[in-house]
Amino acid sequence: MLHVEGLKVSYGAIAALKGISFHVPKGAVVTLIGANGAGKTTTLQTISGLHKVVEGTIKFDGQEISNMPSHKIVSLGISQSPEGRLIFPGLSVKENLMMGAYLRKDKKEIRSDLDYCFSIFPRLRERLMQAGGTLSGGEQQMLAISRALMAKPHLLLLDEPSLGIAPLLVQLIFEKITEINRDLGVTMLLVEQNAHMALKVASYAYVLETGEITLEGPASELASNEDVQKAYLGM
Amino acid sequence: MEEFLQQLINGLSLGAIYALIALGYTMIYGVLRFINFAHGDVFMIGTYIGFYVLNTAFVQSLGPGAETAVIVFLAAMVGCGLLGVIIEFLAYRPLRNRPKLTVLITAIGVSFFLEYTGQLPFVFGADPRTFPTVVEKTTVLQAGGLVIDSYQIIIFVVAIALMLGLRLLIMKTRIGTALRASSMNLKAASLMGINTNAVISFTFFVGSALAGAGAILYAMSYPKINPLMGILPGLKAFIAAVLGGIGNILGAAVGGFIIGAAETMTAGYISPTLRDAIVFAILIIILIVKPSGLFGRGGTEKV
Repeated sequence: MLHVEGLKVSYGAIAALKGISFHVPKGAVVTLIGANGAGKTTTLQTISGLHKVVEGTIKFDGQEISNMPSHKIVSLGISQSPEGRLIFPGLSVKENLMMGAYLRKDKKEIRSDLDYCFSIFPRLRERLMQAGGTLSGGEQQMLAISRALMAKPHLLLLDEPSLGIAPLLVQLIFEKITEINRDLGVTMLLVEQNAHMALKVASYAYVLETGEITLEGPASELASNEDVQKAYLGM
Repeated sequence: MEEFLQQLINGLSLGAIYALIALGYTMIYGVLRFINFAHGDVFMIGTYIGFYVLNTAFVQSLGPGAETAVIVFLAAMVGCGLLGVIIEFLAYRPLRNRPKLTVLITAIGVSFFLEYTGQLPFVFGADPRTFPTVVEKTTVLQAGGLVIDSYQIIIFVVAIALMLGLRLLIMKTRIGTALRASSMNLKAASLMGINTNAVISFTFFVGSALAGAGAILYAMSYPKINPLMGILPGLKAFIAAVLGGIGNILGAAVGGFIIGAAETMTAGYISPTLRDAIVFAILIIILIVKPSGLFGRGGTEKV
């Protein structure tokens, strides 16, 4: 579904991605793990059209999408729950969710997708009219994921859903990610520093180190790989 | 008491015009986080659009009245709106990812460009022109020494109608919600599928159109126009926006009224020569006491 080949991105003179290749098959959950500054967020933001591609290709369903404007990429069916959540603080939870459905016109289905989000995260229904900025970190993460789902994506990009939220909620969020993948069949590309959780929910994984992919394989294999255990799982 | 009321009405009607201009500053700041210093000059261009439209044979044949007023307001609003969009597209958009200071200096450049191009003999010329009559000025209410004229009524009606319309547009429509979302986080807005360039153009159109309406109201009351006339009202409206809390739409409206009232009161009760000074004194005080403005919130973000 998503094919990235030889992707190079740089910030001025600094190369952030030095020609990475990976692919995400339809219906799967694939994860990119790596330390801070490895280029994980850059990868997702580039797929979403926020950074210029210096070299390489990003193909979505066979269509080249590199350097397309972000809103076009969303209209093709790629939405993102961004790093740091980026909730609209002054908009209510409901308005935040409706912004996720900004490009959609199918009112009835929007309604049922809202209900689906509430069934996954009942907390959001309780907070519906509250300003997004007043939610806790975990609630904001639920909102960010739901908001991305409201775009009815074929491919969902999840950037560090565990970042800065309580450990108990991390567990819950990852359970829900699995549930969403199972219920909706939506393909997911998950970026995480929390390799332990990421390798549990994903079927295939790539290890990103300072802009290069150094290792890849089925998630279960990577989880038992000695180098990965030492570097990312703290064993 | 009577004199005070009169001063207040005069001040608030001047303030309504400042408020309309201030809305443009604050909306553009809200989305792009920079002060469009050319905004006062867009206001000036608005008065010239009105001037030329009023001098066309067709409008001349209509004479002063409601029809003329509608035509001249629409022309100035659409004209200024388009000018704002063009300025953003040509001058600011290419600098979108540059430091904000670069854009700010460019805005000052655009401001000078409009002021000094306007003074060229084959453009507007440096000499002041007399703004033709849009509608006849009549006394609507006279109670003792208190006088309210038709211009003041028009200023209030037009300004308040536009402000309510703006509020409706921003709070109730899809593009309005997109505008609010973009002003909270431009990157997140584009991840929602919002065409942020279109939202920015829209913001410039609306903000500049409000300045165009303000321009006609201003020129009706002070009918001498020249290419440098936008500087002082522009600065005062900017101060109104800062006073209300830059980026806050309600703040800009309230700030405009306060600045107008303060200016008129100072001129009436203290000295007319201090009318500009008081406004700048307010700027200094607000920057010392509460830099985020009356309605401004400090920039906090949950991480």
